[in-house]
Amino acid sequence: MHTQSHHNIFIGPEYPNHVKGKSIYVDDMPVMEGTVHVKIFSATIAHAKIKSIDFTEAEQTEGIIKIFSAKDIPGENQIGGIIPDEPLLADGEVHYCGQAILLIAAENEDAAEDALHKIKIEYEPLEIITNPRVAYAKGKLLSPTRKFVLGNSSETFKNCKYVFEGTTETNGQEHLYLETQGAYAYATEFNSVKIFSSTQGPTAVQRTVARVLGVSMNNVEVDVTRLGGGFGGKEDQASTYGTIAALVTFILKRPAKCVLHRMEDMRMTGKRNPYSSDYKIGLDDNLKILAYEVTFYQNGGAAADLSPSILERTLFHCTNSYFIPNVTATANSCKTNLPPNTAFRGFGGPQGMFVIEAAIDFAAKQIGVEPYIIQQKNLLQNKNELPYGQIIENCEAEKCYSNTMQKANISSLKNEIINFNNTNKFKKKGFALMPICFGISFTHTTLNQARALVHVYTDGSVGVSTGGVEMGQGLNPKMIQVAANALGISTIKIKLETTNTTRVANTSPSAASSTTDLNGHAVYDACQQINTSFHSFIKKDLQLNKEDVVEFRNEVLFVNNQSKNISWNELIAKAYLARTNLSAKGFYATPTINFDKTKEKGHPFSYHVYGTALTVATVDCLRGTYEIDFVKACHDVGTSMNEKIDIGQLEGGLVQGIGWMTMEEIVYNEQGKLLSNALSTYKIPDIYSIPKEIDIEFLDTQNDNLAILKSKAVGEPPLMYGIGAYFAIRNAVLAFNPKSTITYNAPITPEKVLMGLYNK
Amino acid sequence: MIEFILNNQTIKTEQPAGSTVLDFIRYHKKLTGTKIGCREGDCGACTILVGAFENNKLVYRNITSCLMPLINAQAKHIVTVEGINQTELTPVQQAMVDSSGTQCGFCTIGFVMSLTGFVMNQTQTNFTDAIKSIDGNICRCTGYKSIEKAAKILSNQIEKRPTHNTLNWLIENKYLPNYFLGIEERLRKILIQQFTENKQAIKLGGATDLNVQKHQLIKKSIVQNLYDDPSLKTIEKINNEIVLGASVTVAQFSESNIIQNIFPNLNKHIKLVSSSPIRNMATLAGNFVNASPIGDMTAFFIALDASIIFNTNRKIKLKDFYKGYKQLDKTEDEIIEKIIFPIPSSTTFFNFEKVCKRTHLDIASVNTACLINVDNNNIIQQIYLSAGGVAPYPKYLSNTCSFLLNKQISEIVLQEAITVMQQEVAPITDARGTTEYKRLLLRQLFLAHFKELNVEINFIIN
Repeated sequence: MHTQSHHNIFIGPEYPNHVKGKSIYVDDMPVMEGTVHVKIFSATIAHAKIKSIDFTEAEQTEGIIKIFSAKDIPGENQIGGIIPDEPLLADGEVHYCGQAILLIAAENEDAAEDALHKIKIEYEPLEIITNPRVAYAKGKLLSPTRKFVLGNSSETFKNCKYVFEGTTETNGQEHLYLETQGAYAYATEFNSVKIFSSTQGPTAVQRTVARVLGVSMNNVEVDVTRLGGGFGGKEDQASTYGTIAALVTFILKRPAKCVLHRMEDMRMTGKRNPYSSDYKIGLDDNLKILAYEVTFYQNGGAAADLSPSILERTLFHCTNSYFIPNVTATANSCKTNLPPNTAFRGFGGPQGMFVIEAAIDFAAKQIGVEPYIIQQKNLLQNKNELPYGQIIENCEAEKCYSNTMQKANISSLKNEIINFNNTNKFKKKGFALMPICFGISFTHTTLNQARALVHVYTDGSVGVSTGGVEMGQGLNPKMIQVAANALGISTIKIKLETTNTTRVANTSPSAASSTTDLNGHAVYDACQQINTSFHSFIKKDLQLNKEDVVEFRNEVLFVNNQSKNISWNELIAKAYLARTNLSAKGFYATPTINFDKTKEKGHPFSYHVYGTALTVATVDCLRGTYEIDFVKACHDVGTSMNEKIDIGQLEGGLVQGIGWMTMEEIVYNEQGKLLSNALSTYKIPDIYSIPKEIDIEFLDTQNDNLAILKSKAVGEPPLMYGIGAYFAIRNAVLAFNPKSTITYNAPITPEKVLMGLYNK
Repeated sequence: MIEFILNNQTIKTEQPAGSTVLDFIRYHKKLTGTKIGCREGDCGACTILVGAFENNKLVYRNITSCLMPLINAQAKHIVTVEGINQTELTPVQQAMVDSSGTQCGFCTIGFVMSLTGFVMNQTQTNFTDAIKSIDGNICRCTGYKSIEKAAKILSNQIEKRPTHNTLNWLIENKYLPNYFLGIEERLRKILIQQFTENKQAIKLGGATDLNVQKHQLIKKSIVQNLYDDPSLKTIEKINNEIVLGASVTVAQFSESNIIQNIFPNLNKHIKLVSSSPIRNMATLAGNFVNASPIGDMTAFFIALDASIIFNTNRKIKLKDFYKGYKQLDKTEDEIIEKIIFPIPSSTTFFNFEKVCKRTHLDIASVNTACLINVDNNNIIQQIYLSAGGVAPYPKYLSNTCSFLLNKQISEIVLQEAITVMQQEVAPITDARGTTEYKRLLLRQLFLAHFKELNVEINFIIN
């Protein structure tokens, strides 16, 4: 395979369109004559029986076409992806504030808005639970408890020199994709619908629509151009809005648009799952962690959504980047009266890692050593067994860790910080190292498959369709690179088509950091099939030998490494005339992976991604505010096929993780009502709050891995570097107030910092 | 009818005067480059440029179009991304592409427009200004480091920007299309509206809060624009007082030389107040009548001992304007016309403090301003203290001020003042913090005033 060196900075045609405002998102699509606007009437109480509901007056409002209730659903009133436990429209009971009850279909948005206020509803309140531990105590679980066991932790604690126990909390996180949830749909012939959806999972939308409308999947076409951000929030939950638009158009036979207002989106959709966790950690004399027990209480919200799967990934990552020979990890997905929580970059992994990092930090402080001493002594090595049975190969944990320590010159940094803290009364600095080890693949083995469709047109241009969705992660440029690479032609010849379920069926969602790997391999396979038929035509046409090696380099034919001065375009035109197949459907299923849920053992990941970040923070101990001075990291990218995209993912993930750990605070009151319900009350990082310096070095490894072009997945892993910011800030608080009772409760907002600085 | 120029096109529209410019450009003119992110001015996805005459000079500012009422577009130049696009990328767009400053692309246009406003604005000259121009733009994919690189490229480029004939330079270098040359002349031919009072109308300043809270109502109501009334736009020094027109924006206030000379730390203080696009729209009087318990400029002006004058010529102290939560000492027909504050003497110290979840572009958990005069014996000769987030309205800490007046600053006095202060506030628990936190924070920010005044406050560390 011939690689072109400029590829690792390839940008693609997408970005020039973005900066000109020409990229099209759902709400930018020109609407057709007669389009109906849909507004959702949703629950204002978190748990209740609906005693009565009256929308007669609302339906008579000028401009209202029809108001839909659960009774109007022709198929099944069910949108649950993993477990069928979630109605599209509430029927008789509501289980969270923001749950959809009625759909108002109107000539315009204003009319719908007016009608909204004319709906009369009476509730009979039921008990509201917002805390996962309370739900657990009452036996309210969304799915059965899961347990991963390695060795024998309870026996081993008896032999440990140090044993510590504690509790941690991590809050949720609002996705805040800048483009809100939405869909546009219209009815097509033969009882069918076509839906333009802002979704990470086109097939999930298709399947859900088919179920709710009571039609076959081939009656439902889903098309996705791109998303204005997804981050997991549109993996499963976009199906709701796609289905709403589809239902309205299916019944009314008029195009229907449902795009959420930001406050509706925040109120109705689920977020990253909050977790409450208990841990017990045991170490020997040499600070080797011998045993670890952890119990997770995941706040799943009112329906399963993806929570059971997220829970599983929490277990997979409960020991982060460390080898611990005796582990018992138990996880409960608890049912509460909050919007169903869902996927968010990291997918339960960050929540699991936070606990082990807190356990190590607590142990270090009790023993009187720096936490990094414990971290370093317990890093994973080749041949270590993980709690789920996978054996570590091609481990880069120690290399990333030591590279970061060197890069930051840890011993002199430590002294600088001590000196700074001694000389500044109201400013204190803290630092923390955060190693990561993240498994790549969907943990649900079935999902690790992908298809792609590649057409070469008679003028030599190429169209590529995949099952992946471009949402800012740089999938499309990377797919163009893969196709260009495989075909030996220029990237400008290749166009990425929209993601459409009639062109590429049975797609896995764009998630689990795996989209580029899976779809890239499928594109590569399709291109190879075209090469096979095309090259055999060439051999015939040019009367070459069967053994001759035919390839294209920059669109010029090479035979056995010799240029033939014949262009791609010319040969494609001839191949078509000679009736050669110039289209192919590629397929890929990740080899070697497996997982047996009955034993909770297997080899679920095609590979792991490693890295370590060091974070230094400064706390203003008068005001309780903080800044991140810098983050230095060494990250295992394999062999990056696109450095610009990868650095964007790394920095973006890091900052999103810092947001989760610092300022992003989701606040529900005890009635399950969201108080942080707008951008004015829920704050995500702005340009002033990011680290002053971010310096991420690629650990460039040539090891064989299953990543496409050996360029490892880069979407989720860097988010977990943000956990380092939590500990750096916390350490600065302790430098000011060593007796602080500050708990391991994230995010570490300015409120928690100030209270921590001055409590006794 | 409202008349203005949208990009290169003259617009005369009968659309509701209270509807937003965002809806007009996206849904009536189908210019979909401008995105909708939040409709409350907090994300910047809908950022556009607005050209208007200030002191008879055409000035372009970036604003969030979701908050701008259509009536405020009268006689202005509204510029969307479609209005700067040319065949090739502009240098701003090129810088964003070259530094990979775009990922999902949804926030990108907002950044492009803000940075275009930066290169157009004669008063903005360096990297710090470039970053300031995008302080109201949120990127959730958080390519901020890449966007910083784009800002760096552009701040280097504008080192060559001449101070005269700037527009020609901008056009020659393709930052702007040619048609910009004719805009000033075209705009001058459009009449600014008549500012006759309409009693039925909802009065709009910058509408930066009304359009968040009451968007639907404003859209359906008769509205009257106070924002562009020239008589409400003045900044004057008269004897020992500063007299401000009620519609002076926070940006105009903070950029004024007269004001800059009075407050040496003004830029530091103003940086804590919302964001550039909001400051470009929000009026001072609007902040006062909004009566938000955490209004930043209200806290600021209460500590300046400011007064307000209504159209009825009635004059009251700003600190006496508030009677309860969103309750004002103001009749239906009264409109604030002037804001007056005495110029602090050269020995006077003024400070503004604010803490929120995010340091910038956020609403305070607690804010406070302090004006203080201390003599050589450390005796407090004059003190005005205000605080937001600790009462149902912006609070003048009268008991604390009375307690401190004529006292010599000492640890004991400050400790006792804190006790007095805690008795006159009653913060509530909400999304911005618990009661306990807000009380502690108020103490800390009170002490921060004194620390800024170089008083030792080490006693709080124990």
